[in-house]
Amino acid sequence: MSKETKKTKMPEQNPKERISNFDEVTLGYSAEDAINEAKRCLQCKNPLCMQGCPVEIDIPDFIALVAEGKFAEAAQKIKEKNNLPAICGRVCPQEEQCEQKCIVGIKNEPVAIGRLERFVADYVRDTEVIEGVMKQEKGKVAIVGAGPAGLTAAADLAKVGYQVTIFEAFHEAGGVLTYGIPEFRLPKEIVKDEVDKIKQLGVEIKLNHVIGKIKRVDELFEDGYDAVFVGTGAGLPRFLGLEGENLNGVYSANEFLTRVNLMKAYRFPEYKTPVYVGKRVAVIGAGNVAMDAARTALRLGAEESMIVYRRAREQMPARAEEIHHAEAEGIKFKLLNNPTKILGDENGFVTGMECIKMELGEPDDSGRRRPVPIEDSEWIMDVDTVIMAIGQSPNPILLKDSPEIETTDWGTILADDRTGKTSKEGVFAGGDTVTGAATVIQAMGAGKRAARAIDEYIQGSNK
Amino acid sequence: MYKIIAKKELAPKIVKFKVLAPKVAIKAKPGHFLIVRVDEQAERIPLTIADYNRKEGNVTIIVQEVGYSSKEICALEEGDSFLDLVGPLGEHIETENYNKVVCVAGGLGAAPLYPKAKSLVGEGTDIISILGARTEELVILEDDFDEISNQLYISTDDGSKGHQGFVTDVLKDILEDNDDIDLVIAIGPMIMMKFVSELTKEYGVNTMVSLNSLMVDGTGMCGGCRVTVGGETKFACVDGPAFDGHLVDFDEQLRRQKFYNEHEKLADGHSIGGEGCRVKRN
Ligand SMILES: Cc1cc2nc3c(=O)[nH]c(=O)nc-3n(C[C@H](O)[C@H](O)[C@H](O)COP(=O)(O)OP(=O)(O)OC[C@H]3O[C@@H](n4cnc5c(N)ncnc54)[C@H](O)[C@@H]3O)c2cc1C
Ligand SMILES: Cc1cc2nc3c(=O)[nH]c(=O)nc-3n(C[C@H](O)[C@H](O)[C@H](O)COP(=O)(O)OP(=O)(O)OC[C@H]3O[C@@H](n4cnc5c(N)ncnc54)[C@H](O)[C@@H]3O)c2cc1C
Ligand code: SF4
Ligand code: SF4
Ligand code: FES
Repeated sequence: MSKETKKTKMPEQNPKERISNFDEVTLGYSAEDAINEAKRCLQCKNPLCMQGCPVEIDIPDFIALVAEGKFAEAAQKIKEKNNLPAICGRVCPQEEQCEQKCIVGIKNEPVAIGRLERFVADYVRDTEVIEGVMKQEKGKVAIVGAGPAGLTAAADLAKVGYQVTIFEAFHEAGGVLTYGIPEFRLPKEIVKDEVDKIKQLGVEIKLNHVIGKIKRVDELFEDGYDAVFVGTGAGLPRFLGLEGENLNGVYSANEFLTRVNLMKAYRFPEYKTPVYVGKRVAVIGAGNVAMDAARTALRLGAEESMIVYRRAREQMPARAEEIHHAEAEGIKFKLLNNPTKILGDENGFVTGMECIKMELGEPDDSGRRRPVPIEDSEWIMDVDTVIMAIGQSPNPILLKDSPEIETTDWGTILADDRTGKTSKEGVFAGGDTVTGAATVIQAMGAGKRAARAIDEYIQGSNK
Repeated sequence: MYKIIAKKELAPKIVKFKVLAPKVAIKAKPGHFLIVRVDEQAERIPLTIADYNRKEGNVTIIVQEVGYSSKEICALEEGDSFLDLVGPLGEHIETENYNKVVCVAGGLGAAPLYPKAKSLVGEGTDIISILGARTEELVILEDDFDEISNQLYISTDDGSKGHQGFVTDVLKDILEDNDDIDLVIAIGPMIMMKFVSELTKEYGVNTMVSLNSLMVDGTGMCGGCRVTVGGETKFACVDGPAFDGHLVDFDEQLRRQKFYNEHEKLADGHSIGGEGCRVKRN
């Protein structure tokens, strides 16, 4: 056991350099770093860290293997439970999950579980062989949406012997991992690689299939599927309803990031989809999505890229690490400011944004101090691009054709937290479409629980 | 891959393709569109389903060369394939319960209009059609419309065929002479749909237009296709593309369509390294 109080540092690209490329910001551990960090783990008898991992990774066991330098075996150990380790190791909010519970974290910095997971997954990436495909004779399952929830459910069901087909609306699998989270945080090659490994388990992915349009959920049952898992995410962008919101230069974060990530507009005109980024960019909101949009704008040539948020710094919902990265890159934070109007020129392009200053008042229901506008404090921010990153709701396309699937007032699907069961027989759901925009690991956990429930459901109904 | 089984040039720079897509053909209805991608580097391009054959499992699209991507599509040959094709997208339109409908097409608008007109006729509706174009050789689908229309008018800007002037001139005469028109459907350039809608408003005749907003996903997840209809923001790809012409803010749409004009010139020129882009290339 080592006496280091702090996590082993992970090298990263210098901020000055990285703002002119889309290469990954953090560079990953060396074998030596990994072994050193693994030695900080106390190998607890009752490992609290595991309670914080929704996909139930055997954390002390895999870390013990890393400490011994048995990286391939460590990878095997992780893969028993997690089919997307290279992704989770990069984007899991570990500080709120496994690492928050780690016992070492009480006095010192917790063991860097996420970094170790990433190291192990990367280490075996090119050498790993997927063992033979299971016989697919237990039944047929249709999965809608190839995001983390759908991919996890698919992999788990294939592993226990189901014939699984994923239907994905886009021309590429991955969901937000592919169209939302930028290349510099999660290289698309890694997503592709982990998706390929899920295909090697025998899972079929049908791209360009919008369920609700090309097929209704009912028709999937007619086609012989025994159960359907809905993992369609929360893709519907919200806007503020401000005057000027439809001017040229106002984007939803979804559109901006989809153009850049999925359509590779950052390599325009080699790739043919354009993206417009002006000189001064304001991103409304302060979550992970907002940080991604602001950092992307900077890399596309914006001279100034700003986060505009109506609350204060302590209340920003983004991960601390992402805020830190954004700040190091020169993103400006205009806190306690709320946009009230977007201004444009005669050709319909954005020329500025009116904001009102805010102050913190009494705490609201969530216990956060509510921001209240300061009277007559409007001012005009000089910007030519505005990106709305104020949240998303579930996309209603699938539900429109399946009204029997009950939803909440928020448009999310009503599903049992433990099983993913919906109000419609044989239909299960999980991920952002049930919880509203959340995290990759929560979506994966839901996919995992639903896979178990689907197995029980089909076995039960076959009797 | 989605194979092109037939290609035909209808007019200079206007090409008709039949594409194998059996599952899309089964679900296609008038008003639907699809999105295609030619290859890995290509944009996602929305195109109306101009016709469909469920038995043979194919859909027809009619494409006009206007910029880089449409040119790339028009260069495809019989036997080539689209890498991606997704559909049917959008809300289909209902064609029941109309007695008399005027169908107004501006240029290529005849293509998206055709399946709607055909479906109306199938429901027993009388239709009067107006096909407008800049010049004679750009008039498309004349025979197809002739076959299904009770009356067919042609108008060209230069007078090389039919009436010389705009489709709105012909439409005005029709509205003067007929007080039993249930609906006008107008599809064509934004500016033409705007003027048709202004005219029909004067006569109090319901009007449907089909918007060709800029789109990315076509499933309601980007909001790039926003349009103000009756003061409310709608997404053309899922709430439309057909809307009540009297409620659409056309001026906003006209501005939004020009958003990427500068970029398109760059794509067309194929040059590498977007202006102002900080990203270095190796
Ligand atoms: C920019 C951004 C950054 C983020 N950063 C992080 C982060 O750092 N860490 C983290 O943990 N979380 C992050 N998140 C949140 C995380 O990505 C999501 O919580 C997670 O992806 C949800 O997974 P999902 O499988 O439920 O849905 P999604 O990933 O949204 O996948 C849903 C899939 O379903 C498809 N689909 C939708 N409707 C249909 C239909 N009718 N038919 C067929 N297919 C359909 C969609 O195309 C999509 O591919 C981020 C989100 C965004 C937008
Ligand atoms: C629902 C829908 C259905 C459509 N149906 C058809 C169809 O059946 N046949 C067809 O040929 N086209 C159709 N379009 C338009 C077609 O998608 C565009 O012409 C195409 O995207 C232009 O791409 P480009 O790269 O060739 O041209 P660009 O280089 O992008 O543009 C060249 C010129 O065309 C204008 N333009 C760009 N996009 C559009 C657009 N969406 N609508 C109108 N003008 C545009 C630009 O302002 C510019 O002046 C449809 C669009 C939508 C949204
Ligand atoms: S998957 Fe996420 S929560 Fe689980 S161990 Fe890995 S980093 Fe921690
Ligand atoms: S709680 Fe921390 S120290 Fe204990 S086993 Fe888990 S990672 Fe190791
Ligand atoms: S095209 Fe993206 S929401 Fe309509």
